[in-house]
Formats: sequence, structure tokens, C-alpha cells
Amino acid sequence: MSTAIKIEEKLFQNRYRVDAGRPHIAIKDPDVCAHQCKSQQCTVCCPAGCYTAEGNGAIALITDGCLECGTCRVICTEHRNVAWEYPRGGYGILFKFG
Amino acid sequence: MAEKFDAIVVGAGPSGNAAAYTLAKSGLKVLQIERGEYPGSKNVQGAILYADALERIIPDFRDDAPLERHIIEQRMWVLDDDSFVGTHYRSDGFNKPPYNRYTIIRAQFDKWFSGKVQQAGALLICETTVTDLLMDGPRVVGVRTDREGGSIYADVVILADGVNSVLARKAGFRPELDPGDVALAVKEIHFMPEEVVESRFNVADGAGVVIEMFGKITQGMMGTGFLYTNKDSITVGVGCMLSDFKAQQCSPYKLLEEMKAHPSIRPLLEGGEMKEYCAHLIPEGGYKAMPQLYGEGWMIVGDSGMFVNAVHREGSNLAMTTGRIAAETVIEVLAAGKACTAGNLSRYRAKLDDSFVMKDLKKYRELPGIFHRNPQFFTDYPELLNRAAHTMLKVDGIDKKTKEREIRRTFTRKRSLFGLMGDAFKLWRAFE
Repeated sequence: MSTAIKIEEKLFQNRYRVDAGRPHIAIKDPDVCAHQCKSQQCTVCCPAGCYTAEGNGAIALITDGCLECGTCRVICTEHRNVAWEYPRGGYGILFKFG
Repeated sequence: MAEKFDAIVVGAGPSGNAAAYTLAKSGLKVLQIERGEYPGSKNVQGAILYADALERIIPDFRDDAPLERHIIEQRMWVLDDDSFVGTHYRSDGFNKPPYNRYTIIRAQFDKWFSGKVQQAGALLICETTVTDLLMDGPRVVGVRTDREGGSIYADVVILADGVNSVLARKAGFRPELDPGDVALAVKEIHFMPEEVVESRFNVADGAGVVIEMFGKITQGMMGTGFLYTNKDSITVGVGCMLSDFKAQQCSPYKLLEEMKAHPSIRPLLEGGEMKEYCAHLIPEGGYKAMPQLYGEGWMIVGDSGMFVNAVHREGSNLAMTTGRIAAETVIEVLAAGKACTAGNLSRYRAKLDDSFVMKDLKKYRELPGIFHRNPQFFTDYPELLNRAAHTMLKVDGIDKKTKEREIRRTFTRKRSLFGLMGDAFKLWRAFE
């Protein structure tokens, strides 16, 4: 089945007010992702594709398209390596329909 | 001296709005804090509104609430790769006012509900995130926000801050969510002309259809898909346990894309224009995953308290009911001139135990565990059911008795006779 889809195309339909330079989610210790986490499930399970595996084992996190669901934090059970807060009031995803 | 309120409600979703409305209407001084641009802008739901829970709060809500379609037909589909076996229940009884349930669009509905809350006298501040609870020893005495000089005090703080409830977690009122207790749902909304929705689903005059689905579309994970008709749009989505997404290393948006490509689903979306993609966690752990619900100066309502009946796809009605009952408890305590101590707020739990909320959640307490341990209900059975239908309905010169024997054989081959009996017993236990 050919269902190749770029997540960017989906997120493009959404409305965001990005808090430039103040991401609301952070990786606590990048070394843990790179060296201790084998599954790196955040790169697959994040519904907005905010986490990408870099070639060298490191994880890159860009929160601009975040849907604020909490998945990345909840699935990081082995290492609890995601520092997760809500964006500042008024910032982040702004659902038009929800 | 910072301003002090009788109650602060964190969040303006169904539970927060129900709580704030009930409190304000009784004359209490209420502050509600919402982090979104407006109430609804951070909120995601399927979305079905069950009239009863709202009617108990705002009896005449139908006069001006933004409702999409009243539901007159429920379809239940069990899907294989390119087929489904389904039941439809359609009744003209559901097509007579007052209607029992509606599809809604949350961004519009929550804004409307919030308007009622403000009319009732509550003060609403938007675009403000509550960052911490203010404590005096073990007692919650207010909240700190991300606004300047953001400390505000109240006799009681009601946490209606949703499934992630950062506040309850930080305060130690509940542990981090377990991936086995939450479902991750993703969905899209597709717009098309009203006439297309009505002809495609055989409805008219504001009536609508919902389709609940399970089987191959969740690719072996425990979960369900759904398709709801709105006025001039269709909502389509799929949700599975987060632990399953993790174990299977499955991408949620690919799962949704593949579901939309199913030959029975694709034609229903044909020609629609996708205008939004959402994701949300649903607390489905049920009775056994429920945290402590009240304490010294605080209460938890709605999704943050895990109030979702996953079996019946009910959540917003539990949210509104818990919000209302929490508020009623506070009103009684304050009217008696008492403080909002854990002891005095314990009436909240007692009232919930007496209501459908806890009775239903208790009834299905074993169900999440049973489905977790028995994935065949989402894999083998949908396949067996579809193939049985195919065998019986295909006219090919083979007599029906032989076909029946063949079907019986496929069932016992897949699950064994004891397996089948065991599964029947498990289902009976789960739904008993």
C-alpha cells in the first residue's frame, strides 16, 4: 500500500503561535538518548514527528509542530529523559476545530 | 495583599467549565484560568456530546449551543484488510427532540460553554499557564501562573487541567501516566458540502451517523477507529494504547493514513478537504488507574482524574459530571462555614461512588487488563469473522453445510476449542 506521507503536510494545516527560542519540551541529557536508549521510540511514536534520529545516534528535537499530547514524556519510561511543560500561556498549538 | 477567591478552576474544558459554572451560579467568587488563546483552543475530542450530562447543568443548552448533528445511527464495524462485518442501529426514536447525543466541534463548543460560565459570574483569564500550586504545608492555598505577579489564592483549587495534569504530577498527587493506561488518538477533520455528507450517510435535516471500528485497522494493537459526521465535515481518527504504539514501534500518522486508505473507508472521505490534524492522549486505565481525587484544598475532575469509560466511548459526560459534583461538594462545605480540608472534601468521592461515574468504571474495571493480555480480540477474531462472512456469502457451488464445517475448522485451528471457550469466558467476565 502506498501511503507514504510527510507529517509536515499534515501539520501545515494547523495553526501555531511558536514561542521562538523558548521550547516547552527539552531532552534532559542528550547522551542518554545517544548511548543508553536503544529503542528511541520517540522518533516513531511522536504524532507530530518532532523527534528525529541523527546519523550519529543523537536525537534532534524541534517542538514547533508539537500537538501537546504528552506521548514523548509518557513513553520515555526507561530513562525519563524528557522535560515536559506546557508552553507559555497563549503559545503553541491553537486548534481551530479540536 | 494578593486577591483571594473562593475557588480557582484550572482549565476550561468540559470538566472545568462544569465546575466553574456550578460554583459561580451559586454566588461563589470563582477564577478560572485557561492556557489557550480562548477556551477550546487546546482541547481535542472525537467529538460526541451526550446531552444528559450537560442538561443537568444547563437545561436549555440546545437553544444556543453550537451542535453539529444529532446522532440517529450507530454503526459498529469489525474490519479485515479489505472488508468489514458490521452492525447498524438506526432509530427514528433518536430523530425526535430532545435529541440524546450530538457531534460537536470542541473549539466552538468550549467557547460557548465558557460564555455561559462567564455569564454566571466567574472571572476567566486566558493565555495564562498555571505553573505551580501554592502550598502552605500540606495544604493547597492557590496557584502560581506564568504572568507577572502571578500568585493567586483561594479556599480550594479544582484541577481540570486535562490528561497530562502537570500540576497534579508536580505536587505528587498522582504518579506519571503509565503507557498501558493511556491511548494515543490521532484524527483529522475533512470538510465537504453539507449535501454530500447527508447523501453519503443517508441522513437529512441535521441528523448524523457515527461509525466505531476495530480490527485490522489498528494493526494488532489494542484500539479503535472512528468516523463521525459533522454538519459539513467528517472527523476520522484512530486510537491505540500507548504501550502498544511503543512495543510495535508504530507511527500514529501512518496508522491513520493506512486506515483512511481502507476500501470501505476511503469512499466516505472522497473529495473532502483536510483542514486540521490533532493528537491527544485518552486516559483509559479505568477504575484501577484512578489517582487520589481530593486532598487538603484541592480536587481533581475530568481527564486529569482518569474519568473515561473506554468501553462506551464516554469521557466528556464524565468530565462534566465530575466537575459539577466537585463544585456541589465545595458549595456545601463553604455554605456550612467549613474549610476545604480533605476530610470535608471527601464527600466528593462518596457522591461519585453513588453516581453512574464510579458505578460504570467499577463495572468495567477488569476490562483493560483482559484486553491487554488477549490481543486476539483485536487480531484473530476480526479476521475469522470476516472470512466466515466471506465463505458463507460467496456463491460457488459448495453446499452450506460444508461451508459451516469449514468456518468451524478455521475458528478451532486459530484458537482451539478450549481457546474459544476461554475467550468467551473472558469476555463474559469483562462485561459482566
